[in-house]
Amino acid sequence: MERKLVVSSSPHLKSPEDIQSIMVDVLVALFPVALMAVFLFGYRALVTMVIAMLAAMVTEAIILRKGNLFGDGSAAVTGLLLAMTLPPAPPWWVVVVGSVVAIAIGKQIYGGIGNNIFNPALVGRAVLVVSWGGHIAGNVWLKPVPFGFTADMVTTATPLATKAASLGDLFMGTVAGSLGETSALALIVGGIWLYYRGHIDWRIPGSFIALVFVLGLFDGGFSLTRGLFHVLAGGVLLGALFMATDMVTSPVTPVGKLIFGAGCGIVTMVVRLFGSLPEGVTFGILLMNGLTPLIDNLTLPKKFGEVKKSA
Amino acid sequence: MSERTFVGGIHPGYFKDYTAGKAIASARAPAQVIIPMHQNIGAPCEPVVQVGDEVKMGQKIGEPKGFVSAPIFASVSGKVTKIEPYNHPLGNPVLAVFIENDGLDTPDESMKPGKALEELSPKEIVQISKDAGLVGLGGATFPTHVKLSPPPEVQIDTVIINGAECEPFLTADHRQMLEQAEDVVYGLKAFMKALGATRGIIGIEDNKPDAIESIKKAVEEGKGEYNIEVHTLHTKYPQGAEKMLIKATTGREVPPGALPMAVNVVNQNSGTAVAMAQAIKLGKPLYERVVTVTGPGIKEPANLLVRNGTLVRDLIEQCGGLTDDARKIVLGGPMMGLAQPTLDVPAIKGTSGVLVLTEEFVADLPISACIKCGKCLEVCPMSLMPNFIGSASEKNNIDLAEKYGAMDCFECGCCTYTCPAKRPLVQWIRIAKGEIGARRKK
Repeated sequence: MERKLVVSSSPHLKSPEDIQSIMVDVLVALFPVALMAVFLFGYRALVTMVIAMLAAMVTEAIILRKGNLFGDGSAAVTGLLLAMTLPPAPPWWVVVVGSVVAIAIGKQIYGGIGNNIFNPALVGRAVLVVSWGGHIAGNVWLKPVPFGFTADMVTTATPLATKAASLGDLFMGTVAGSLGETSALALIVGGIWLYYRGHIDWRIPGSFIALVFVLGLFDGGFSLTRGLFHVLAGGVLLGALFMATDMVTSPVTPVGKLIFGAGCGIVTMVVRLFGSLPEGVTFGILLMNGLTPLIDNLTLPKKFGEVKKSA
Repeated sequence: MSERTFVGGIHPGYFKDYTAGKAIASARAPAQVIIPMHQNIGAPCEPVVQVGDEVKMGQKIGEPKGFVSAPIFASVSGKVTKIEPYNHPLGNPVLAVFIENDGLDTPDESMKPGKALEELSPKEIVQISKDAGLVGLGGATFPTHVKLSPPPEVQIDTVIINGAECEPFLTADHRQMLEQAEDVVYGLKAFMKALGATRGIIGIEDNKPDAIESIKKAVEEGKGEYNIEVHTLHTKYPQGAEKMLIKATTGREVPPGALPMAVNVVNQNSGTAVAMAQAIKLGKPLYERVVTVTGPGIKEPANLLVRNGTLVRDLIEQCGGLTDDARKIVLGGPMMGLAQPTLDVPAIKGTSGVLVLTEEFVADLPISACIKCGKCLEVCPMSLMPNFIGSASEKNNIDLAEKYGAMDCFECGCCTYTCPAKRPLVQWIRIAKGEIGARRKK
């Protein structure tokens, strides 16, 4: 008997990369950040991250009625990213609520991966900020104890609140703050990995960070140190490298990416300098997420061979 | 000098090692050839022989039914046994002439050397290409004489020979440039003379250093008073796409919807140049071509000189047969070639390769929603929005698909190759193009 031949539309070669492999790459990129969090804040950090990831994965598996907990890996990424925005040791149920909201309301309600408008992890965080602010902001920041895996820790204020911390501490991460935001070094290492793997483009982080730096220069006179401070302190690097670059919720056009990043930077700094909250990264990104479809459609690239309309 | 290439594109596995080192061998002429009467972009041919006729090798058996068309020739000598529709690489059955091979290869009287290139006028060269039934052998099969007959207001200054062969697996052009470099240069000179072009360029990807060397030598020895350059191109798919090749070699960008002549350029495939040379030197019409029979699913891959109308089944048999895990037969390369439902399909003028893929290449991957990673935009050589066109077409929103540039897509497949969500973007774009085209005709 003649063998059966497969007939399909070209191309007949496919790249080995799929959504799961991208998500695994993001998890790998977050590994140095997670490691730094555990190094600085001990077992509490580990517990928070594991709870957030598990809650996110379980929520997704239940909604999708799938037995495979890891699935395409996107829920694990969302859970871990949410944990990165939280203080080291919030009550466990706060973490769970954040993850459930991130997956159920931030993502699945829109139709699941690819269809959500807003960054799911930041939706989770935003709900926590407005609903249980006392647990994730205010007097919850721990003073890091390097190598103090089980050490007792005391609370302290974050650099953004006190507006004082050495740039060296901010770079290494030995300051109080959210799990994933303190160490610029670890974040940059992760960002380089994502860039190397082709999952992020320089445009969004570039314009985001540039705007924060430039506007930061004018925070109280004109000072290079203040510019750098605003880039390194708080969630700017975490947001610029890992949140604003979320594929689903950011523009796809090159010019759109520049506008998007710049918008994130501007909103962040407006909140920081003039708002009532110390930090504006979350809302900067969420606001720009909402504008993404509009930005894409206003910045369609010039087709090959198309002549630019002369002014 | 900066690297010669274009923006976008992909680096798939190239898989050229199956056949890159294998010299072109003549395929066994089959006992019967089945020659379809439509082998080019444009109008089909009308058979000019009848059942029972004796035909000679190189005799014209199909007469074009329009200007954008090319005659078709007997590839063996023998007897016409049937004229009826038969399987065609493009899908629907097409009227075909069946010739029983008498094994004698008696040549047609028309096949004899004519005047040398120096003595030919541009008009005569165009006529020879038309009479020899030349079409673009890269796979697009656009009739050569049409390309050589631009409207009078257009002055072509550059002829580019496409030796990129950017499709993975294929090595037919590579071997021809290596073994028949002299004819490639001769053909290019003929094209330049026909068009009055002052500059000739041969573009070859840098993964074929031996072909580059061989062509450079042939250019040195054979160019005479012609101005011919050899350009080494960056190896990247689709480097051999018309517009990308022109951009890489001349820096000119062909406007959307326009032909290369809009930037005073004509492209010809290296195989077409060889066919042109042979038409002039030997009076030989296009009744055979080099076909790469390759892939993990074939036991003895080879580069074969194949008679028009040879069934794929015959070619596969000659190459040791299929492996047990062979699952897909593609005519052409893996990026733009057409999968065939049967082995009983004839090789025609546009058949650059017979590619046999195995189980591992045909996995039916689940399609997910677009995650807007934008990787398809990065690889699209036309700077289109493949993700948005695909999603619009998927929802049957044809207007939106058109807005995002569907009609400028030449279906290279980079987007589909790259898509991590495994979305069949180019397939959806084809659907949109079909709809838009049908609508415009109304």
